[in-house]
Amino acid sequence: MSKGRIVLGLVTILVGAAAVGIVAANPVHHTEIHTRSWSFEGFFGSFDRAQLQRGHVIYKDVCAGCHAMNLLAYRDLQDIGYTEDEVKAFAAEVQVQDGPDDTGEMFERPGRPSDHFKAPFPNEEAARAANNGAYPPDLSLIAKSRAGAGFLGHDGADYIYSLMAGYKEPPADVEVPEGMYYNEAFEGHQIAMPPPLSDGETSVDEQAQDIAAFLTWAAEGNLEERHRTGIKAVLFLVIFTLLAYTVKRRVWANVH
Amino acid sequence: MAAPVFKNPVIRWIDHRLPMFSYLHHEAYEYPTPKNLNYWWNFGSLAGFMLIIMIVTGLVLAMQYTPHVDYAFNSVERIMRDVNWGWLLRYLHMNGASMFFLVVYIHIFRGLYFGSYKAPRELLWQLGVLIYLLMMATAFMGYVLPWGQMSFWGTTVITNLFSAVPWIGDSIVTLLWGGFSVDNPTLNRLFVLHFLLPFVIVAVVLMHIVALHRFGSNNPLGIDTKGPQDTIPFHPYYTVKDMFGLGIFLIFYAFWVFWAPNALGDPVNYEVANPLSTPEHIVPEWYYLPFYAILRSIPDKLLGVVAMFASILILFVLPWLDRSPVRSGTFRPVFKWFFWLLIFDCVILMFCGKYPPEAYWMPFDFQIVDADTFTDRVAELRGVSPDEAMNAVGEMWGVNAASGSFGIKIVRLGQLGTLYYFAYFLIVLPLLSIFERPRQVPVSISKPVLGGGQSVAHATAKSMEKA
Repeated sequence: MSKGRIVLGLVTILVGAAAVGIVAANPVHHTEIHTRSWSFEGFFGSFDRAQLQRGHVIYKDVCAGCHAMNLLAYRDLQDIGYTEDEVKAFAAEVQVQDGPDDTGEMFERPGRPSDHFKAPFPNEEAARAANNGAYPPDLSLIAKSRAGAGFLGHDGADYIYSLMAGYKEPPADVEVPEGMYYNEAFEGHQIAMPPPLSDGETSVDEQAQDIAAFLTWAAEGNLEERHRTGIKAVLFLVIFTLLAYTVKRRVWANVH
Repeated sequence: MAAPVFKNPVIRWIDHRLPMFSYLHHEAYEYPTPKNLNYWWNFGSLAGFMLIIMIVTGLVLAMQYTPHVDYAFNSVERIMRDVNWGWLLRYLHMNGASMFFLVVYIHIFRGLYFGSYKAPRELLWQLGVLIYLLMMATAFMGYVLPWGQMSFWGTTVITNLFSAVPWIGDSIVTLLWGGFSVDNPTLNRLFVLHFLLPFVIVAVVLMHIVALHRFGSNNPLGIDTKGPQDTIPFHPYYTVKDMFGLGIFLIFYAFWVFWAPNALGDPVNYEVANPLSTPEHIVPEWYYLPFYAILRSIPDKLLGVVAMFASILILFVLPWLDRSPVRSGTFRPVFKWFFWLLIFDCVILMFCGKYPPEAYWMPFDFQIVDADTFTDRVAELRGVSPDEAMNAVGEMWGVNAASGSFGIKIVRLGQLGTLYYFAYFLIVLPLLSIFERPRQVPVSISKPVLGGGQSVAHATAKSMEKA
């Protein structure tokens, strides 16, 4: 290879790296996002079923009081290791409206696995009215719609964890209005959501990790299948590429 | 070249009446190609491959998608969650757009460096620019379809640009919207056009290929092929080389699809569109960022829009702006530097498009800070009061240097970038055509190898054009 081509190659790599760096870079935020290592990270990453189930319990007991999770159905819970009967039991805990029946009346019935998670409020207005005007967002995709500190700034799990564990005493020069709470991970540091977690059998830090993992699964339930498929696809492609390279060398051997 | 004789009688029968096999044999098999093409020449076929991937995945996605403001977002999520392999189709399509643009950008810059736009390939180049324009329109419309927050607000910002057109601007916007705001009719028409335009692209790509095959590929030396000793048949030489390149590219593509499928997109688009709540920053996808920076670097709305479109349209007249008889940048000692500066400039513009124009970039601190933080920093570094610092920053053209720290306002940087972008085409290239003394160009592709350093001719305009 000539010197010129090496320089050309280096310049190309530098410009490419700069471009990726720019797309990936984040401006300085005045928020504290902490990176945790997650079981679902990396090329072979997969969910920790026990952690997802702990996260699900937290969601059910704490978050679900205000936050809907409309894109998930009870049947999806079988993915995190519950049996069919357990899922039926979870679904049956709620009453959902169905109908109209033969007489044209709407009626209530126990939930079925095919039902989507029942929302705590019938509509946004009701949700706001019950929460001092603040709207608790749907959590189905929250892990994907919030940028965290992870790879290329897009790991929502880091953000959720940091937010859950980010309730702190405000600094002396900050005054937090009535009905607001100080949170170092939240943009502007003032959040309307009261601290949802408290130390119990497990610490707030552990609970924050569990709920972050559960919400990541909720947003990206195909993650494990994606990683598995990716490994197979790349293995195939590497063999394909090596073969193509060998054939290319053979075919081109006589070209000068 | 002699028509091939096919052994299979059925093929022979058909070919005698409809010579499509002869045609394919001529254009995709024996098609004489310069033997010295380097790997930068792989990206044309990669772009064609991506077009096919996008059409195939897009077609299947469209079978599951619902173009209605109330259902679009959830129908995309249903594809992700409930449709068999739906997540794979969508991630292939979503990241495929980025890969398509990446490949096409490399293809375009390859053409810029090796002078592939010069005679007799001007029309070939212009058809390419047309494909690129169509791609931009198609990608923009596709981004609207998931009906997330950035879909909605991006559409609002971009369609509003047309209101800058004098007299009829508002009518154009109403027509684009199909109403008085971005709403269901907008989504419907953009979906229909997003479905249609790729096939228009296919048609232009076919013309691009016909124009290419008229004179054959340019090559790294930028000189014409002089005969059979300079060329090799397309198959198997370049088919197998393209295969190898495709393999490498697919591994790269797979990395994004399987391990970072959302890294190139904006997280905000996973929130459903809400006309009542504007996102903090409205930012386009990475492949539009340089143009967004050009748009924002001009304070006047109409002139900004004109500059943005001009930055692409200028490529149409490029063959007449660069009059240098030497095609390949390899033999143009001065051009080379300006070319790499242009690439650097595009990266800078990308950077400026991504961040708020009023923010400050502090390159030595590896930080981008908002105006208030920057003012605080200035006050701290200069040891002045915040008010004085605010005045200082306000009066400055956007640059402050103090104690090894340095900051430049993003919009100013974007203006410098825009200036160089246009200067490259309108000033640098025409002047280089006159003042640059190119290095000696080889007589033919095969000569340098066969005859060593002996057979080098002077790079006069005549020998370049005619030989």
